[in-house]
Amino acid sequence: MLKSAYEWIDRRLDITPMWRDLADHEVPEHVNPAHHFSAFIYCFGGLTFFIVVIQILSGMFLTMYYVPDIQNAYKSVDYLQNEIAFGQIVRGMHHWGASVAIVMLFLHTLRVFFTGSYKHPREFNWVVGMLLFFTILGLGFTGYLLPWDNKAYFATKVGIEIAASVPFVGDAIATFLQGGEVVGAQTLARFFALHVFFLPGALLALLGAHFFLIRRQGISGPL
Amino acid sequence: MAHNQDGQDQEVHFVGDSRVKVNEKKLYPKDYSEFPGKTEAFFPNFLLKEWMVAVVVLVGFMGLVMAQEPPLGEQADPTNTSFLPVPDWYFLFLYQLLKFKWASGPFVVVGTVLVPGFIFGGLLLAPWLDRGKERRPMKRPVATGLTLLTLIAIVVLTWEAEDEHQKQLASLPKGDESVEIVDQNDPAYDIYKNNACVNCHGQQLEGLQGPSLRGIGDSYTSKEIIEIMDEGKGEMPAGMFQGTEEEKKQLADWLAKQEAPEGKGEKKSQEHEE
Ligand code: HEC
Repeated sequence: MLKSAYEWIDRRLDITPMWRDLADHEVPEHVNPAHHFSAFIYCFGGLTFFIVVIQILSGMFLTMYYVPDIQNAYKSVDYLQNEIAFGQIVRGMHHWGASVAIVMLFLHTLRVFFTGSYKHPREFNWVVGMLLFFTILGLGFTGYLLPWDNKAYFATKVGIEIAASVPFVGDAIATFLQGGEVVGAQTLARFFALHVFFLPGALLALLGAHFFLIRRQGISGPL
Repeated sequence: MAHNQDGQDQEVHFVGDSRVKVNEKKLYPKDYSEFPGKTEAFFPNFLLKEWMVAVVVLVGFMGLVMAQEPPLGEQADPTNTSFLPVPDWYFLFLYQLLKFKWASGPFVVVGTVLVPGFIFGGLLLAPWLDRGKERRPMKRPVATGLTLLTLIAIVVLTWEAEDEHQKQLASLPKGDESVEIVDQNDPAYDIYKNNACVNCHGQQLEGLQGPSLRGIGDSYTSKEIIEIMDEGKGEMPAGMFQGTEEEKKQLADWLAKQEAPEGKGEKKSQEHEE
């Protein structure tokens, strides 16, 4: 039944080549942890993606309760964490997942660096990877403010002050991040927009490019 | 897909422009036996193995999530002046960098632009800075050496930042004005009032130039309080106590008794722990 439904669609849309193209590419022995245990270092990229998926899913659930305004942001997080079934788990996943994502990303970067995989012809994918790194750091910075507790508030305040001390462009960056005269309602709204729309958009686009390039160029050979 | 014009029920396939028929064979990927080593297909063979690694990670991760409640302090209060700001751990090294004399004040560009720019710019441009064909880390000592040095520096700076933050937290005044004075009738209260203490810490222990001493017993033992009286602390000068050793002990014991009622002192210390 399922099979004939698939065939019915495939006859019209010819979707088999699309997914077979993803599925059929060969994975060489030297990156396969089933053959060489030490090949687990090649898993960090995939694990980073796995954690990013967790972040996206848990984040989507968090926005069902989170209210991005200074009166209610803290209260909504407090409510979500203490009153909602599984709220603490979902927030915990998002909170700790942020740290785990950075760790995995860092390990993946080190693997690529120390295996010299950024060399010809993969220069461009390395650059895309670094941009992904910056995007994820940006997600960490903007997400830190959202619970609107003292820690969030003052860390962001200091962060924006540091940004403002950069010569020439500092003031522009600080104004862009802060919105108003002080770290306040405007800042929270901006950080929310950056954290939930702009940066994830950039993240997905860059991930697409990252995967397209690795698919085209294949994984680097054994050392 | 469509059907022949002549009404025969035979399928015809077309390429993108549906007026052109497909007539070439599809390109099928090579058989894996043509690749060296034990190569296998990405899906489902390899993905299954990678999924098993992911499951191990997921179990560990969920263990962490269950065991550690995500921290939530008190609602942001912009007028709070005593709160010690601290960034998330992965920014600590940058934060610590700005505490060096050569990277702060008039030289703050060094800390905000030059050093991070050097690190991140170098990383971004790594493929063009390290153009040799050699991929093994040992065969490209400059790239490997610089990276290892940077890594060590990042670890040391992060550790220092955390250590400094913990020490600052520990030295933060611990009193809490909203706590009642314990044992108002104790003779030690008079010893307190007759000493210099009262000028800085207030008639009611409410705090003047110095911080409030109410609820101080939650954080210090009597021995530690004697130490503060003898050696001072931060802004507080040493040797503030005038009187006999016995009176000093009496006063310290009484101050150590200044504890918040059950459960009240907890919230504050929790927020500071983080
Ligand atoms: C010149 C003003 C001054 C006098 C006099 C003074 N203190 Fe203090 N005291 C301070 C200040 C300021 C602090 C805060 C030090 C810091 O943490 O930086 C302090 C801190 C303390 C603390 C630690 C509070 C905390 O929460 O960490 C104790 C205990 C204390 N004083 C007890 C005394 C006693 C007992 C006396 C009298 C013998 C006394 N002080 C006299 C100014 C004073």
